[in-house]
Amino acid sequence: MVQNLESEKVDLIIAGISLAPGVARRRRIVNKVMTGLVFTAVVLAMVPLVLILGEVVLRGAPAINLSFLTNLPRPVGVPGGGIANALVGSFIMVGLATLIAVPIGVGAGIFFSEWPESRLSIVSSFANDVLAEFPSIVIGIFVYVVIVLSTKTFSGFAGALALSIIMIPIIARTTEESLKIVPITLREASMALGVSRWRTVIRVVISTGKSGLATGILLAVARAAGETAPLILTALGSFYFPQGLFQPTAALPLLIYTYGISPFRDWQTQAWGAALILIIIMLAFNLSVKFFIGRRPAERAET
Amino acid sequence: MWGLTINVKRKVLKGDITLKAAVGVAAVSITCLLGLLAVELFLGSTRSITKFGLPFVEGTTWDPVHDIFGALPFIYGTLLTSAIALLLGFPISIGVAIFLTEKLKTKKAIANVLGTLIELLAAVPSVIYGLWGLFFLSPLLRDFVETPLHRYLGFVPLFSGTPFGLDFFTAGIILAIMIIPTVSAVSKDILNAVPNSQREAMYSLGATDWEVIQKSVLPYARSGIFGATILGLGRAVGETMAVTMVIGNTPSITASLFSGGYTLSAVIANEFTEAASPLYLSALVELGLILFFVALAINVFARLLLWRMR
Repeated sequence: MVQNLESEKVDLIIAGISLAPGVARRRRIVNKVMTGLVFTAVVLAMVPLVLILGEVVLRGAPAINLSFLTNLPRPVGVPGGGIANALVGSFIMVGLATLIAVPIGVGAGIFFSEWPESRLSIVSSFANDVLAEFPSIVIGIFVYVVIVLSTKTFSGFAGALALSIIMIPIIARTTEESLKIVPITLREASMALGVSRWRTVIRVVISTGKSGLATGILLAVARAAGETAPLILTALGSFYFPQGLFQPTAALPLLIYTYGISPFRDWQTQAWGAALILIIIMLAFNLSVKFFIGRRPAERAET
Repeated sequence: MWGLTINVKRKVLKGDITLKAAVGVAAVSITCLLGLLAVELFLGSTRSITKFGLPFVEGTTWDPVHDIFGALPFIYGTLLTSAIALLLGFPISIGVAIFLTEKLKTKKAIANVLGTLIELLAAVPSVIYGLWGLFFLSPLLRDFVETPLHRYLGFVPLFSGTPFGLDFFTAGIILAIMIIPTVSAVSKDILNAVPNSQREAMYSLGATDWEVIQKSVLPYARSGIFGATILGLGRAVGETMAVTMVIGNTPSITASLFSGGYTLSAVIANEFTEAASPLYLSALVELGLILFFVALAINVFARLLLWRMR
């Protein structure tokens, strides 16, 4: 009897399942219920996406026409206000941020992938991971303290710097991932021909992994184009075209925020219009990455 | 002849060293950046640190007019909204990850499409979440969730107060939606990394799908999923725009989910450019410093958990 009990216990621990009649039915039902719950989770996760996209299109589309894209903002109540300065401001800041972030991000990514065993690589790669998930508002404060306080003005330059700090870790990580999957045999073949290591890295490794590199840069640009929080503390926003790098500069996400929380109906409508433009830009970037350049390097590495 | 070889060799070496130095500088600069961030935030908040000291984090008054600053309402708001986000976002994220990896094992194409769609949620800029939250979600929740809950369960402190729509509850829901892509994507990778022999062993004993997931896949992936969740927590803690637009922006500490609140990131975004006195500014930077350390702790913890999984 005791032995029987014990053997049953062992059976329970190892397999965790019982084959007694009646139990089988319950197990099947539990399985069905859990499958249903898991499926519900997927539906619940999809609903917000559909609702957000739907709402942005429904409310944003009526606001968009050619003059909306080419006009400057106008005072409340004056019709015909546009977002041209915000588009230009965003373009300048994201462009400048890309110029700063690409060399640093790609460089660090090369280092992580080609010298993975070095202590610097381990420490820096960890710092990179941490930085990638960092609250962007904290980066905004940092740039405010360092640049805005010392130049005594909110500026497009400060905004670009903040955006570049957000872009660097993304570019570094994707660069590393896309270079790491370049087959070792390619490197060996190149080095066996007497090509030096640095030429191998530049000519063979990078040119093989360049689509992955491009993916990373595109994703980083998309991310920077949608950032708002750090720009509030650095670029501030403006109702005019930027005249230089060292003055307050408008940006698309800033305009959406300012107009969105304003009490004025026509500004709110314009916020939705700008949101639609921004979301079209984001989707274009993200989907083109998916479909034209191929799957993300991380996924390719697994298969 | 010899000279030539040595010359070539030296030239090659020089190229190697130059490359390593150049990309090494880039790698170093990332570490320095993180360090510099901490230093500058610390320097920026010295005025407030020397004035208020440690009691800053337990002060409940935030009164810029009289230069009295306490961080507790914001810390409370950040913790409360993040907790709501995890509570709601975690089960959904895990469900998504399980569905995509375990249930669609043989239907990779569908899994890819669904995965891409959920990744798009992460690509939506947070200011658009905020706009949507302000004009769509907040009135919806107020009328169809908060008001009924308050009517029938109003005696519970959590559901007391006047449902207004712009409160901890709405902010928590928005955050839950925003962390789902992060948590589910990382969990998905973790589940994919579980060796198939784990599953096959269970199946061979006659287990159902769910038993395989519950008894052999999830235990194996436990610490990785925990890491994914902590990563989601980090995102919730640092999220600014969406929260700022729906939380009501009133510093308060109350058990009621239906009253307006404030978070660390929201108060920084809202008041930074209006901070008139140096002490005010310094206090805001110190809030940033607190956020920095919280985010740092969360991220390091999550990364350590995830690195161990690899």
